[in-house]
Amino acid sequence: MSTQILMPALSPTMEEGKLARWLVKEGDTVKSGTILAEIETDKATMEFEAVDEGRIGKILVPEGSEGVKVNSPIATLLADGEDASSAAAPSAKPEAPKPEAAAPASAAPSAPKFEIASDPSLPPGTEMVMTTVRDALRDAMAEEMRRDELVFLMGEEVAEYQGAYKISQGLLQEFGARRVIDTPITEHGFAGLGVGAAFDGLKPIVEFMTWNFAMQAMDQIINSAAKTRYMSGGQMSCPIVFRGPNGAASRVAAQHSQDYSSWYASVPGLKVIAPYFAADAKGLLKAAIRDPNPIIFLENEIVYGRSFEVPKIDDFVLPIGKARVVKRGKDVTLVSYSIAVGLALEAAEKLAADGIECEVIDLRTLRPLDMETVIASVKKTNRIVTVEQCWPVCSIGTEVSAQVVAQAFDYLDAPPGKVTGKDVPMPYAANLEKLALPTVDDVITAVKSVCYRS
Amino acid sequence: MPEPKTAPNIANAESLKKMYADMLLIRRFEERAGQLYGMGLIGGFCHLYIGQEAVVVGMQAATKPEDQVITAYRDHGHMLACGMDPKGVMAELTGRSGGYSHGKGGSMHMFSSDKKFYGGHGIVGAQVPLGTGLAFANRYRGNQGVSLTYFGDGASNQGQVYEAFNMAELWKLPVVYIIENNQYAMGTSVARSSALQDFSKRGVSFNIPGVQVDGMDVEAVEAAGKEALAYCRSGKGPIILEMKTYRYRGHSMSDPAKYRTREEVDQVRETRDPIEHFGKKLIQRGVATEADLKMVDNEIKQTVIASAEFATTSLEPGPAELYTDIVI
Ligand SMILES: Cc1ncc(C[n+]2csc(CCOP(=O)(O)OP(=O)(O)O)c2C)c(N)n1
Ligand SMILES: [Mg+2]
Repeated sequence: MSTQILMPALSPTMEEGKLARWLVKEGDTVKSGTILAEIETDKATMEFEAVDEGRIGKILVPEGSEGVKVNSPIATLLADGEDASSAAAPSAKPEAPKPEAAAPASAAPSAPKFEIASDPSLPPGTEMVMTTVRDALRDAMAEEMRRDELVFLMGEEVAEYQGAYKISQGLLQEFGARRVIDTPITEHGFAGLGVGAAFDGLKPIVEFMTWNFAMQAMDQIINSAAKTRYMSGGQMSCPIVFRGPNGAASRVAAQHSQDYSSWYASVPGLKVIAPYFAADAKGLLKAAIRDPNPIIFLENEIVYGRSFEVPKIDDFVLPIGKARVVKRGKDVTLVSYSIAVGLALEAAEKLAADGIECEVIDLRTLRPLDMETVIASVKKTNRIVTVEQCWPVCSIGTEVSAQVVAQAFDYLDAPPGKVTGKDVPMPYAANLEKLALPTVDDVITAVKSVCYRS
Repeated sequence: MPEPKTAPNIANAESLKKMYADMLLIRRFEERAGQLYGMGLIGGFCHLYIGQEAVVVGMQAATKPEDQVITAYRDHGHMLACGMDPKGVMAELTGRSGGYSHGKGGSMHMFSSDKKFYGGHGIVGAQVPLGTGLAFANRYRGNQGVSLTYFGDGASNQGQVYEAFNMAELWKLPVVYIIENNQYAMGTSVARSSALQDFSKRGVSFNIPGVQVDGMDVEAVEAAGKEALAYCRSGKGPIILEMKTYRYRGHSMSDPAKYRTREEVDQVRETRDPIEHFGKKLIQRGVATEADLKMVDNEIKQTVIASAEFATTSLEPGPAELYTDIVI
C-alpha cells in the first residue's frame, strides 16, 4: 500500500514553503535518513529526510514550486514489490490532524492595519520604507559600526551562522572577524569581558542568544556594568549594549520563555529599552550604542519578522526615555511596551467599534520611565490599563499604576487595570501556553471594567 | 548466503542484542519524532539524538539500578535508555496529558523519579552542578549510587562546569562526567570554540582523570563505562569520559546546517554509524542473523508507531493544570 510523503513544517510557525529541489527521482529506493528534498522557508533552506523505507512512486509537487502548504502530499512512497501504477491513486491516508499546536496564537506576523500616530520628532513628509524589525536592528548595528570603529558585536553564533535569529545577517561579511565575534557558550565570561572592554572605552554590543541565557551573566550585568560609574565616583564609564530576544517565544517551555523587563528596570545604573515598532528598534538601538551607559535592549523573537514603516533618514536616532502616543483617544489610556503593544492596538481597534476610544502609549523605554507622557494622558482620559506580557507580580504595569495613583489620584475615575501574563512558569502544551499569555480579549475585558461597561 | 539456523551460544549474546535493540529504538523513535514535528504535532525546540545512540546505550549497560542520570535538552535517547516508556516520552513531545510532565515540560524537560532520570535541562551547562549534587547526595547518604552527568562539547566551556569539577574532586564525589563531543555546538565547531580540544583533559587542573572513548562503538562505551563506574564506586572521586560522537541531524529542527557539508555527514553515516556497524558485527560473530535483526526492527517500529498513536490521541492537559505543581 502506498503512502504519501507530506510537506514538512521546519519550524512551529511555518505554514508553507518552497520545494526547492528534489534529491530523489521516481523509482528511487529510499530508507530512513535518505535526503529527499530541499525545502526553503523565508529564513533558511533545509534538507528533508525520509523516515520510512520504500520506493518513490510519483512526485506530486515539482521542484521549484512555491507556497507549498505544510502537510500537503508532495510524493508517494511505495512499499516493497508495489508498482507505480497503484500509486497513481494513493490509498487515502487520512491527512495528519492539524492540532491547535500548529498555529501559535502569537505567531501571525501582521502589522495592525489602522493608522498610527507618527513620531512627533519626524520632519513632515519623511519617506517611509516597510522594514522588518529584524532588518531594522541589523541596519542600526551596521550604521553604528560604520560610524564608530570602537563598536563591535560579540555573542554566540553572531558571526558565521549570521545570528541564531538572523539579526546579524551580513555583518561578518562587512566588518570582518575582528569586529563580529563568535564566542564560546560562556555567557558569564563574555559578558564580563565585554564590560571590561567597555571600561577601557570600547563600545561592545553583546548579543545574548536569548535573554534567558543572560541569567548566567547576571552578576556581571548588575554588579559590574550597572554599578561601576557610581562606585568610582564617576571616573569609570561602561558604554555597553546587551541585546537579544526577550519574552515568550513559541512552544519552548519554561526555561526559554520569560520576560525580564521588570527585573532589569529595577536596577539603578542601567537604561532599559523594549521597543515594538521597527523604527523604534532602529532609532533606539542606534541611541543605545552611542549612550555612555550600560543598556539593556530587550527585543522579541515573535516580533522580529513583523514589518513596519521606518523613516528613510540618513541618521535616524531616537531619544532614550521618551514614550510615544501611538494612537490618540479620549476614553482610556492603554500603557504598553514590546510585543504587548500589538495586543493593545488590536484591542483598541475592536473597542472603537464599541464606542470606546483608547489612547495607546508605547513606553519604548522602561528605565527611565516617561511618566510625564503617561500622566498627561491619564489626566485627559481618567482611566488607565497597563498591558504587558510579563508576570503580574512587581511588573512594569504595577510600577506605572503605582505612580499614576501617587501623581494623579484625583484624576482617576476607576482603579488602574492591569493585563499581564499568568503567574505561572511557561507551560509547553499548546493549549496551556495560550492560556498563560495575555490576549486581546483580556485587554478588552480590562478596559470595559475600568469604563464600568460590560 | 547460508545462515546458521540458531546463533551459537555466546555468553553475552542477549546483552549484545539488547544494546542493538536499545540503540535502534532510539533511532526509530527520533525519526518518528522528526516526522511528527514536520506535521506540526510537536512544537518549539526538538533536538534529535540520531547518530549518538551508542553513547547512552553503552553507558546505561554499565550502570546499576541505583545510579542516576542527568543531561541537557537532547534527552530523548537518555530517557529511552533509562527504561522510560516511549509512549510517555512521545506524548510529552506532543504536549499531551499522557506525557511524563503532563505536557508542561516538552521535549527538553522530562523527568522520572522512578527511573532515576533527573532531566531534561534547557540551560547549557546547568545540569553539570546538578549532577554533581546528585553525587553529593549519594555520598551523604552513604549509598553506592553514581551520578551519570552528560553534557556537550559546547557546554564544556561554561564556567559552572569547572566550579563543579573542583568540588567533585575536592569531596571525592561519585560522578562520571560524560562529555558527548559531537563536534558542534549549534553551528560552532569545537575548533572554533575551544582552546583545548581534548575534552578528556578538561579535568587535569583538578586532578580528575579522563579517558577518550569511541562514542560510535557501543561496546567500547560499555567497557569504558564499567571501568569509570567502578572507579567512582570505589570512592576515588569523579572521572571524565569524552565520547567522540556525531549528530546527523541539525542542532534542532530548524537548523539549516550550513556550517558543515553533506559529504561530512554522509561520510560518518557510512563509515561509523553506531547501529549499522554493530549490527554487522553481531551477524559476523554469529550472535544474530540478518533475519533476527530485521525482526527486532519490525518490533521496534510497532513500538514507535504505538507511541506516536498514543501521543496524538492522548488529550491535551486540562486548563486547571496551568496552576498546578508550582509550589505545594
Ligand atoms: C546558557 C545557554 N546558552 C545558550 C543556549 C542556546 N543553546 C542551546 S544548545 C546550544 C549548543 C550546545 O552545544 P553542545 O553543548 O555541544 O550540545 P549539543 O547540542 O551538541 O548536544 C546552545 C548555544 C542555552 N540553551 N543555554
Ligand atoms: Mg555538541
